[in-house]
Amino acid sequence: MSTVSVEDPEPTESPVHYLNVHYGVKSWLLTTDHKRIALLYLASITFFFIVGGTAAVLIRMNLLTPTGLLVEPATYNKLFSIHGIVMVFFFLIPSIPAVLGNFLVPLMIGARDLAFPKLNLLSWYVYIVGGMFTLYAVIAGGVDTGWTFYAPYSSTYSNTHVMATALGVFITGFSSILTGLNFIVTIHKMRAPGMTWFRLPLFIWATYATSVIFILGTPVLGISILLIALERAFHLGFFNPALGGDPLLFQHLFWFYSHPAVYIMILPAMGVESELITCFSKKRIFGYSFVAMSSLAIALLGFLVWAHHMFVAGVSMYAGMVFSILSYLVGVPSSVKVFNWTATLYKGSISYAAPMLYGIGFIGLFSMGGVTGMFLASLGMDVHVHDTYFVIAHFHYIMVGGAVMAYLGGIHFWWPKISGRLYPEGWARFSALVIFLGFNLTFFPQYILGYLGMPRRYPVYPPEFQVLNVMSTAGASILGVGYLIPLIYLIWSMRYGPVASSNPWGAKGLEWETPSPPPTDNFEVTPVVTTEAYDYPSREVNVA
Amino acid sequence: LPDIHAVAAHQFDDLDQQQEASSLGIWVFIATEIMFFGGLFTGYTVYRTQYFVSFVAGSHLLDLKLGAFNTAVLIGSSLTMALAVYAAQTGKRKSLVVFLILTMILGSVFLGIKFSEYATKYEHHLIPGIRFAPEGSYPPQMELYFSFYFAMTALHALHMIIGLGLLAALVGMAARGRFSPASHNPVEVIGIYWHFVDIVWIFLFPLLYLVGGR
Repeated sequence: MSTVSVEDPEPTESPVHYLNVHYGVKSWLLTTDHKRIALLYLASITFFFIVGGTAAVLIRMNLLTPTGLLVEPATYNKLFSIHGIVMVFFFLIPSIPAVLGNFLVPLMIGARDLAFPKLNLLSWYVYIVGGMFTLYAVIAGGVDTGWTFYAPYSSTYSNTHVMATALGVFITGFSSILTGLNFIVTIHKMRAPGMTWFRLPLFIWATYATSVIFILGTPVLGISILLIALERAFHLGFFNPALGGDPLLFQHLFWFYSHPAVYIMILPAMGVESELITCFSKKRIFGYSFVAMSSLAIALLGFLVWAHHMFVAGVSMYAGMVFSILSYLVGVPSSVKVFNWTATLYKGSISYAAPMLYGIGFIGLFSMGGVTGMFLASLGMDVHVHDTYFVIAHFHYIMVGGAVMAYLGGIHFWWPKISGRLYPEGWARFSALVIFLGFNLTFFPQYILGYLGMPRRYPVYPPEFQVLNVMSTAGASILGVGYLIPLIYLIWSMRYGPVASSNPWGAKGLEWETPSPPPTDNFEVTPVVTTEAYDYPSREVNVA
Repeated sequence: LPDIHAVAAHQFDDLDQQQEASSLGIWVFIATEIMFFGGLFTGYTVYRTQYFVSFVAGSHLLDLKLGAFNTAVLIGSSLTMALAVYAAQTGKRKSLVVFLILTMILGSVFLGIKFSEYATKYEHHLIPGIRFAPEGSYPPQMELYFSFYFAMTALHALHMIIGLGLLAALVGMAARGRFSPASHNPVEVIGIYWHFVDIVWIFLFPLLYLVGGR
């Protein structure tokens, strides 16, 4: 990394900061410091990522042979259910908001903490309690409903541990709600003097839009899961056709949250992306207000597209047409972002540090996932590829290629701020490359498999699909190694990494104006903001 | 005595900022609550449209007088809650405690009547899923109506019980002189929550008790 630091060339660690101000387990478990809570989340979501990842490895292993290499079909059902439930509710949804959001929101707006620090700690405990219920379900024998809990299978027929899992997801929802509430109030009421709405970093806009979905979407998932639990426990008839109930109603309620939940995963990733692209192009963002507003547009449009998951489930043709058109509309603000990031690169002083490698990977993979999303939004195409590996490939390009790439990019980018140490740059670039290659080898063949007709959630497949499946499993192994490398060197760097200066990247933003790691109250003096975000020195641009 | 609570928490610059934050916080929470109940109301609306006859038949098995009386009780409790907030704003500690306790009494009366209604439904074999065998013939989806009746009123009652717990905590804090005209956010915030729970009932009463006219 060749960034010229304007600071002291050999930075020394600041004497007292949030990490060493108190010691001991109690000082962590009872902390109300948003930065420490972010680290509690970092540790716990990493744990759940490993749980979900292990299930993914077993799934891919099983699909090495057409007849299923490892497990019984019933066990296979439990594996993909646990993979989906853990990865969606316990890793992806809290990943960027609860780790990077918690750490950065007060720092970026110049506040001492979130508006409600105790509520913030409570969110983490709620998340852990929900996680315990789900882990109990896994250990006690698993659940086989898929992450979607479709009725009446989940409410009546499945004899696996649906109740414990559903309770876990229900409880964890409150953690999201409280986090979203905290962010909304903090962003509205705690901005430093001069930090106007249109001077906010774009990560804050994205987090704000995400919080709106947390607040308005999560409770609907809560009530749908609660109805499933009531129906299962007391045999009420909300979704039971025998009593006049309609299973489609559950799908409507479920997707009313769970489609916006996709934007919970990708919006914060887009926020991280805006920070990465500007910093490593040393250029202000192209079209700030369009990027900011497109986050809100995605959040709002996201609430109007849920039934595109139900085109073949029996919704009327006219409803299908409306939801198809609305789903296409989400492509507009998403494309605005992609084009604006690309335009930001134009004539920038681009450097390829590891976070930027993730950032550039994100643009490509997200575009790929987004474009195939447009395929799925079209009624005719969706009938052909619905519930096939095409869908699996599409949403993994968004959630892993998009959200996880940005999460890792963000973790690397802010690691010097979080830990006060630099990570080994060579290893980081190497693992970014390994992850990019492994990811594409895993999921690109799945587009082809899906198009050729391989359905999702099946433990067996016709022999002619074996080559593509072996490719996918090979890619997954590479991807797994790619994820392990950062896990090792990031932990290593906490102790042995070189001490980081307050602004190792030469980035703009209030979080870089305070020491690394920051003191407990973030800033010694409340900062006063006088410039817009991404105020990088402008270069002469000659248009021929 | 100096008012030790009239100091803002460390993350806030001053009491005004703290107060604005907590009132925005409770309104955002109310938005979440509306969506939470909204899912149930949506399901109710779908089935009421689909099975109107069954919903009328089920509704007519409820005790209209008890429901109407309970509605009046809850509106009364909203009044006493509003008076409690006013007492906190004007620094009248004694009337604050009295109005909070009155609100709790009215809330408890509501819950008592609600549970007596549940008991009657149990005697009449009107508990869906567990004990559903009404006398005579009844339209086939009446059980679905009662599923919604119990889910909606029980979720509302749960909110009432949580509200009573919060009020009890407020009474303790108020009696110890914790509130002053400059600093009484908890009273305002819990007041808004209590009014919200009342408003939910204002929708539940006609939707459950008055289907098809009485």
